[in-house]
Amino acid sequence: MLVVQAPLQRFTFTGEAKAMGEQAPFTIEQFYKNMLEGKLLGGKCKKCGKVHLPPRPLCSNCFSKKFEWTELPQKGKLLTYTVIHVAPPQFQGMAPYAVGIVQLENGVNIPGMIRGVALEQIRIGMPLTLDFGTCTTTQPWPQWPRYYFKPM
Amino acid sequence: MKGKPLVSIVSAGLSKFGKLEGLYAREIFAEAAKEAFDRCPNLNPKNDIQAMFVGHMGEAYEHQGHTGATMADWAGLLHIPATRTEAACASSGAALRAGIYAVLSGLCDVVMVGGIEKMTHRTTPEVTEYLAMASDYPFEQWHGITFPGLFALMATAHMHKYGTTEQHLAMVSVKNHYHGSLNPKAHMQKEITLETALSSRVIAWPLKLYDCSLITDGASCLILTRPELAKRYTDMPVHIVGSGQASDTIGMYEREGFTSLVSAKIAANKAYEMADLKPEDVNVAEVHDCFTIAEIIAYEDLGFCKPGEGSGLVEKSETKLGGGIPVNTSGGLKSKGHPVGATGTAQAYEMYLQLTGQAEKRQVGNAEVGLTHNVGGSGATATIHIYRRG
Ligand SMILES: [Zn+2]
Repeated sequence: MLVVQAPLQRFTFTGEAKAMGEQAPFTIEQFYKNMLEGKLLGGKCKKCGKVHLPPRPLCSNCFSKKFEWTELPQKGKLLTYTVIHVAPPQFQGMAPYAVGIVQLENGVNIPGMIRGVALEQIRIGMPLTLDFGTCTTTQPWPQWPRYYFKPM
Repeated sequence: MKGKPLVSIVSAGLSKFGKLEGLYAREIFAEAAKEAFDRCPNLNPKNDIQAMFVGHMGEAYEHQGHTGATMADWAGLLHIPATRTEAACASSGAALRAGIYAVLSGLCDVVMVGGIEKMTHRTTPEVTEYLAMASDYPFEQWHGITFPGLFALMATAHMHKYGTTEQHLAMVSVKNHYHGSLNPKAHMQKEITLETALSSRVIAWPLKLYDCSLITDGASCLILTRPELAKRYTDMPVHIVGSGQASDTIGMYEREGFTSLVSAKIAANKAYEMADLKPEDVNVAEVHDCFTIAEIIAYEDLGFCKPGEGSGLVEKSETKLGGGIPVNTSGGLKSKGHPVGATGTAQAYEMYLQLTGQAEKRQVGNAEVGLTHNVGGSGATATIHIYRRG
């Protein structure tokens, strides 16, 4: 089968192209960089509108590679949770601690630790809000922050 | 192809499961291979076996990767093509599936499929860390969500939605320990009480120690051939009549719900359709009880009951030996043990025994149709196989 390839788009220094050229990559690394600046951003597909958290370089819904950053609500409700008693080495000092999956107000899910509430008072459905953490790790990779959720 | 055998199992082997001190994975695999060869005198392994697929999850345990070639050599099958399959805890379910591809493609007449894991020489924190690699790193492991924690998230959701209780979870454990007490190859061959299970220490609430499967060493293998060649090797083949495998997001949080595994449902539907069978046709099943809640969810995903009614099945002893649909007669991952890479084909080994009438004290009378359900990670992989007595 003959495949006619579309000509490569020439890069021109128009304002829009420049902005596109400078756009931060839609990656997990960038997601966490945004978080360090106090921003919770998802990658919104320009073709089908799906909001990806974490952002992806290829839309798993429509295969588009065109995205824009979109601010996500920082409030949501708890879908499910557990209290971790036996923790991995780097978390042992915190155990027991609660982790859960939060559905943000736009319907996107995000997991994370829940703090600022007595463990026995955690309930499915309770409203929670995001707290941006800081990067406390000393290891060379990854240098990501740890955000968490707390009651409103 | 509907209802027709895809491949036939003509032999099977299983090492002792447990804390196999001083042994290296390849030495344990050799034990399983030897049993499979001994069970099948008509098989000339060096001449007949044309390929091997072997499931193995973690090279961190023994600082050893490149498992396919290694196991082929130590099974005495040097120079055959041998490939490792990795799909976390479903690694050997995937090996079985790969073996079916190889036979059905026409490229191979006879293949060996199996799995291996050597775990107990490592400390519990090390094993916890290695197992967690089957889950999402940037959003799950990074935020302190352990592997038991993921299944605990499902348990909390199931309890909230359907009223499943911690007692129901403990009942799964008690049942599987009873079954395991009848299996001479099981890791923990002892019965436990409901009280023991309920009062054990919390790992990730609501899951306690006795809701978790065991850290175990072990290996398993099967010899597969084309159905028309089966009688050359044995009078008692077991046919695989349905095979399904499906994937899902690596991060559990990206899924629609947490009370069911979509991958298992898709794989089961494919397998049932291929086999031209329904859930009520299944006489005996081995399901992936890495945690007790996973067995209750498996009943529902496999159609043994309606969504939300899984706890009722175990409460009424329906899934215990003597019940309507005995599940995990081997003792399951809970009592027989869970050497992760070996589990998928170890489940198939139990089906081979059950459907050839060799399961001794745990034999299910007149077992005609069996099913295995093998899950990788928190459900990003599921492999389902359906078996029929030959
Ligand atoms: Zn899209």
